[in-house]
Amino acid sequence: MPVATIPSRAAAPLITLLLSILFLVLPVLTARAMDIQSVTSPKGITAWLVEDYSVPIVAIRFVFGGGSTQDPVGKEGLANLMTGLFDEGAGPLDSEGFQIKLDDAGAEMGFDESRDGIYGSMRMLAEQRDQAFELLRLAVNEPRFDQLPIDRIRSQILSGIIAGENDPDTVAQNKWARALYGDHPYSRSDQGTKESIATITPDDLKALHKAVFARGGLHVAVVGAIDPETLKKKLDMVFGDLPQNQALRPVADIDPKLAQHVEVDYDLPQTSLQLAFPGVKRKAADFFPAVLMNEILGGGTFTSRLFQEVREKRGLAYSVNSSLINQDHASALIVSTGTRSDRAAETLGIVRDVVKQLAEQGPTEAELAATKKYLTGAYAINNLDSSSSIAATLVELQLDDLGIDYMQRRAGYINAVTLDQVKAAAKKLLSAEPTIMVIGPKLAGAGKG
Amino acid sequence: MTFRAEWLRATLLATSLAFTITGPVLAESAPDAFKVTDFLLDNGMEVVVIPDHRAPIVTHMVWYKIGSADEPPGKSGIAHFFEHLMFKATTHHAAGEFDRAISDIGGSNNAFTSYDYTAFHETVAPSALELMMSFEADRMRNLILTDDVIKTERDVILEERRSRIDNNPEAVLDEEVDATLWQNQPYRIPVIGWMQEMQQLNRTDATAFYDKYYRPNNAVLIVAGDVEPDTVKALAEKTYGKVARGPDLPPRIRPVEPEQNTKRTVTLADARVSVPSFSTQWVVPSYHSGKPGEAEALDLLAEILGGGNRSRLYQALVVQQGIASSAGAFFQGTMLDDTNFTIYGAPRGDAKLADVEAAVDAEVARIVRDGVTPSELEKAKDRYVRSMIFARDKQDSMANIYGSTLATGGNVQDVQQWPDRIRKVTTDEVKAVAARYLVLARSTTGYLLPQQQAGN
Repeated sequence: MPVATIPSRAAAPLITLLLSILFLVLPVLTARAMDIQSVTSPKGITAWLVEDYSVPIVAIRFVFGGGSTQDPVGKEGLANLMTGLFDEGAGPLDSEGFQIKLDDAGAEMGFDESRDGIYGSMRMLAEQRDQAFELLRLAVNEPRFDQLPIDRIRSQILSGIIAGENDPDTVAQNKWARALYGDHPYSRSDQGTKESIATITPDDLKALHKAVFARGGLHVAVVGAIDPETLKKKLDMVFGDLPQNQALRPVADIDPKLAQHVEVDYDLPQTSLQLAFPGVKRKAADFFPAVLMNEILGGGTFTSRLFQEVREKRGLAYSVNSSLINQDHASALIVSTGTRSDRAAETLGIVRDVVKQLAEQGPTEAELAATKKYLTGAYAINNLDSSSSIAATLVELQLDDLGIDYMQRRAGYINAVTLDQVKAAAKKLLSAEPTIMVIGPKLAGAGKG
Repeated sequence: MTFRAEWLRATLLATSLAFTITGPVLAESAPDAFKVTDFLLDNGMEVVVIPDHRAPIVTHMVWYKIGSADEPPGKSGIAHFFEHLMFKATTHHAAGEFDRAISDIGGSNNAFTSYDYTAFHETVAPSALELMMSFEADRMRNLILTDDVIKTERDVILEERRSRIDNNPEAVLDEEVDATLWQNQPYRIPVIGWMQEMQQLNRTDATAFYDKYYRPNNAVLIVAGDVEPDTVKALAEKTYGKVARGPDLPPRIRPVEPEQNTKRTVTLADARVSVPSFSTQWVVPSYHSGKPGEAEALDLLAEILGGGNRSRLYQALVVQQGIASSAGAFFQGTMLDDTNFTIYGAPRGDAKLADVEAAVDAEVARIVRDGVTPSELEKAKDRYVRSMIFARDKQDSMANIYGSTLATGGNVQDVQQWPDRIRKVTTDEVKAVAARYLVLARSTTGYLLPQQQAGN
């Protein structure tokens, strides 16, 4: 019984049936703001803390800037392999010893990488936090990178790479990244290739660990049953002995290459469509106008223009949405949908009409007002629904350098946006000729669709 | 696969939280703060209130005791299709008005359908609770269905089927395995429906379905969050309480499985597949259909056999023998009728699928023969207790577990007493359910193979 439950309207996978509710937090929905403290340890490690004793657990999330873009050419997949190894042996403990201790400590540890960062997180029972933090200290400072676990994790990753070789979505995403980003590190696969991961040695892993795991690139957030004084000690214990400076290779900024047509021919019952438009940098003056514009175009509600035109009025798709993607060195606005193959050309035409109309005329005053209300209210529900997601949100705020009081200020930024600003953002982003990818049979009467 | 199993476990665990003090580790929780109240409205609608005052947020859910396994023959997918139709116009509200009202207050809403239930939910500030109740109570009886609405939304569910199932060989195989594992029970039919039956669903089917099942006496209201039971009761009486009780529904007695006597295999070879995999399933009792303690023992069996990196299957196949990229087991306990127990694996490197399957079977045979050790069992129980505490961090999990338990024949006490029942399971009981149910001679195995291996 693979489909336990089917949500009716989410554009996302099955996991969306877990509704987002928040627990510890409340900004926007009330006048109160979440109480975030900035805590700095004697050795100079700073963390944002939300102290809360409602549930006897502690969640920590941290990031070191510099992710898979730091993989050397020919060693693609290095950062990804490294994140699979932090709970596979550290300090005096080998792989099995480490995992038994972790289980005994009642803690869950996870590491993952993005293009731009190496993330770590841990959830622990408050009453066993000493044991848990000690294991985190070992993982962060003294990962062993033993040959046996390296070979095991590498061969699991290899299975994943092979599994994707004929999978249309995997093939398409690789082709898409190459089309948009050319030879830039953003075009490379996080997992690496069969050839590249075969060459990775323990020395490569140690070198990457040394270059990235330094206090200079670190951001930390902690939520749960811990007081500031105790946290300071733990911060020094876990991170205080790391070197001061990272040694990152520079990564260039890049604009995705537009006005291309990418086809991934497969005989599929449903054709996937993806369109890339220019994005807007996080720090740009028109960031919030663009956010509001994107929400009106195809954001998270059931009232967006794309949802209404493509799904509600015409029944062309189950899922259709747009999103603003912001990485450290590139920004884009991406529209995606999927429709039966014999109506794919028609659907693409509707999407392009909706985009064109918004570009030329902008939204209405009423749409803008409703979207402002939605975006100010939904932030907490979407971003702060558990200790772990609060910690994750706080780390992202630090990465974007938005300030500890950002949540109080955010509604002000949104409400200050004018209709003219949103119209300007729509014109700027949506007037561009997009790069279009079609995954499925060739479009009937194809060409530009 | 693994992910789904973890989710299922997490939701099951989530329920139990806080209500039953199972050990010193839970001693910090204040039982009164999480005291669950349940009552019945005069029209038969059940209500459960789960107070939690940590944030001014409330989750409002209406669960209907109707799922795909209750559909009439030939009308597969009608339960899920109808769920979609509930978002259309009513006599009091134009289409989209409910969505806009929720967006306006920054809330979120959605719905989902399963074999045994259909649920609608909103997350909002407590001050909007009455508004949510009035919209939900309205669409319980006042929906307007036109042929235009039916036609367009039917196209949407057909696209949904294409994206969830037809575009994905793994999902196609899962569907066929279910249709083979279950020889009689309606769980053999996919929740979303068979394509050719979905294409024929019409307004008459939808109206009949609505009139029969969308009634207060077939619904459970779950309200979790920053509210008091008295307030919920007053508001519920003012809104849902005004909806007339429907005719009593007959007990949900579905076709049950005959004795299973065969080993069946289902094979799908597909050009999109590069790495083969397999899963073997058995029909086993659920929390609702099993004898006391059986489902609890099956939960712990699944955890010990294949519940994660410390499990026997992972340790033996992935770590020690090095022949598998993944291997595990899971059990889905919250079903109205019998349910399934699954083991799975995929090879890595030069290992063959047959090697992995043989090694998985050997681990199953070993646990059937020798049972589990006391320390393994204690560790598994500890992991459940830990997950319960972690789960308290998410309010929606609690609403989900109360809703799914009550919609599948359980009650509030079943949820609250669950951790104690898990604690009481013995090694002998785990061994007994393994021996009774994990018999390869009556199982169903699905193979997902690359195209070139077809025809072997």
